[in-house]
Amino acid sequence: MSTQARAGTTRPVRHFEMPTTLAGKLHAWRFLIARRAVQVSVLLLFFGTAHWGWKALGQPVLAGNLSAGKFAGAIALADPFTILEVLATRHAVAGEALLGAAIVLAFYFFVGGRVFCAWVCPMNAVTDAARWVRLRLAVRDVFAIPPGVRYAMLGLSLVMSAIAGVAAFDWISPIAMMHREILYGAGLGLTSVLGVFLFDAFVLKHGWCGHLCPLGGFWSLVGRGAQVRVAFDDASCTRCGDCLRVCPEPRVLNFIEAARAGMVRHGECTNCAACIAICPEGSLRLTYRPKKGTVPRNRPQILSD
Amino acid sequence: MFGGADRRQFLAHAVQGVAAAACGGVAWNALLVQQAHAVPFALRPPGALAERDFNATCVKCGLCVVACPYRVLKLATTSSGIPLGTPHFVAREEPCRLCPEIPCVKACPTGSLDRGLKDINDSRMGLAVVDAENCLSWNGLRCEVCYRVCPVKGKAITIDAHERKLSKHAVFVPMIHSDACTGCGLCEKACPTTVAAIRIVLPSLVQGKIGDHFRMDWRPEAMPETPVPAPAPAAQAAPPAPARPAGLDYFNSETKP
Repeated sequence: MSTQARAGTTRPVRHFEMPTTLAGKLHAWRFLIARRAVQVSVLLLFFGTAHWGWKALGQPVLAGNLSAGKFAGAIALADPFTILEVLATRHAVAGEALLGAAIVLAFYFFVGGRVFCAWVCPMNAVTDAARWVRLRLAVRDVFAIPPGVRYAMLGLSLVMSAIAGVAAFDWISPIAMMHREILYGAGLGLTSVLGVFLFDAFVLKHGWCGHLCPLGGFWSLVGRGAQVRVAFDDASCTRCGDCLRVCPEPRVLNFIEAARAGMVRHGECTNCAACIAICPEGSLRLTYRPKKGTVPRNRPQILSD
Repeated sequence: MFGGADRRQFLAHAVQGVAAAACGGVAWNALLVQQAHAVPFALRPPGALAERDFNATCVKCGLCVVACPYRVLKLATTSSGIPLGTPHFVAREEPCRLCPEIPCVKACPTGSLDRGLKDINDSRMGLAVVDAENCLSWNGLRCEVCYRVCPVKGKAITIDAHERKLSKHAVFVPMIHSDACTGCGLCEKACPTTVAAIRIVLPSLVQGKIGDHFRMDWRPEAMPETPVPAPAPAAQAAPPAPARPAGLDYFNSETKP
C-alpha cells in the first residue's frame, strides 16, 4: 500500500486518526450509522406491516419482503434478479412483479446498484461484524478466489434456474433465508447468518459479499450506470491509503482510474462511504455523477498539465 | 492472439472454470431438486398453480401471508416438510376461510396464485377424504360435524343414510364430492376425533377413475331426460323418438317410455 507522496507533491502524508470526543466519533461513524439506520428501518417497516399492521393512509406501509413487496398498497416492488431467475425457469411472471422489478431496477440504476448491498441488505451487518472480528484476530485467508467469481455465480444461477426449474439462487440464498426468518420466522435464518459469518471471518476476507454473492454480482452490473458516486479529488489526495484499508471492495479504488474520471466509477463500489469518512484530506465525497463530456468540479490537475 | 503456451494456459483455465462451475452446478442441482420435488403436495393458498409451477414462480415474498385476514397462511419453516419459505397452511390448525374477495390471490405479485380464480368456491386446494375406520359417523354415532361446517354444505359433503342391516340402527355417513370440495380444510379442523378422521390430501393420491367402459344406466346422468310425449292431436307429426342410451336396458325396458 502506497504511503509515499507523489513526486512533485510537497504535502506530507497524514493518516486518519479516530477522534477522542464522542461528537468526533459520531462524525467519523456518520455513514456507518446512516447505513445501519436505513437497514434497520427497511426491516422494521416490513416487520411492522406484517406483524403490527402498520398502515399509512389506510394502506399497509411496506408489505412483503425483499423478494417482492408493495409500498403503501400501491407501488409494486420486486427483486429484479429473483424475477430474472423465475423467467429463466421458462415460467410467465405476472405484470405486477415485472413492474415492481422495473421500479427497483430503475431506483438502483440511479443511486448505484450495490447501494442495495451496503444500505439495505440485512447480511451487510453480519459481514461487517465478521470483518471486525477478522481484523481483531488478524485472521489470514484459507484460500483465494479469483475476482469475478460472483459473475460466474450470477450466470450459473440463471443456468441452474433453467435446469432445476426453480429460482436457483433464491432457493438457497442466505440473504433471503435470513430476511424471511426475521420477518416471518420461516427458518434457517440463524444457520445462514452463522455460515456467512464464519466464512467471512475465518475463511476468506469479504468472502460472501465480495466474492460469491451472485446478487452482488447482479447489482455490480447495474451499478455501472449509477448517478450517485464517490467523487475523487486527486489534487488533495496524498495516497495515504487509508481508504483502501476500509474499503470492502478495494478493487474499485483505483487511483489512476479515479483521477481520470474524477470519481470512483467501478460498478462494484457499494457507495458505503467508508472511504469518505476515513479520508484525512477530504478528497472523497458522495456526489451526483457528472454528465458525460462535462468536466468534474474537482478536475485533477494532473490532467490539465 | 494466443500462441503456444499462452493459448494452452488460457484453454486450461477455461476448462478449469467450466469444470468448477459444473461441479458446483451438480451439487446445487441436487439441493434444488431434493427440495423442490421431494414433496408432491402442500396445502397452498387458493388459486395456487400446480405444485411444480408454483415452486418455480413463487418468490416467497409473504404478501399473501400479510393479506390473509385470518392469519391462516404461513411461510414454510424447516419443520413444515415442504420447500422452505413457500406459503401454505395447516388445515387442522387454521383452515382456509374461503374469503369471497380472495385477498391472498389479489396480493400475489408473480401470478403463482392464479388471478383467473374469481369465485372462491372454484378453488381446489386439495380434496377431503374420510378415514371410515375412525370416523364417528361410520362407527354409528350421529356426528356429521364435517357436514355441518362445510362451507359448500350439501354439495361437497352430503350425508348418506345406510339402512340398518346387521348394525343396531341405521348409520349416517359423510360422502365427499370432489366436484365441489375446495379443500379448505374446515372439516379437518372441526373433526372431533383425536386425530382428524377427515383430511385434505392431494386429489390424485386418493381419486380413482371408473372409466367409460362401465355402464351405470341407473345413474341419472347416464339416463338423459326423455320428454314425456304429450297426448298429441292426430294431425301433428309423431313425436321424435326419445333419446335413449346406447346400451340395451334389459331389466327396466317394461317401465321405460
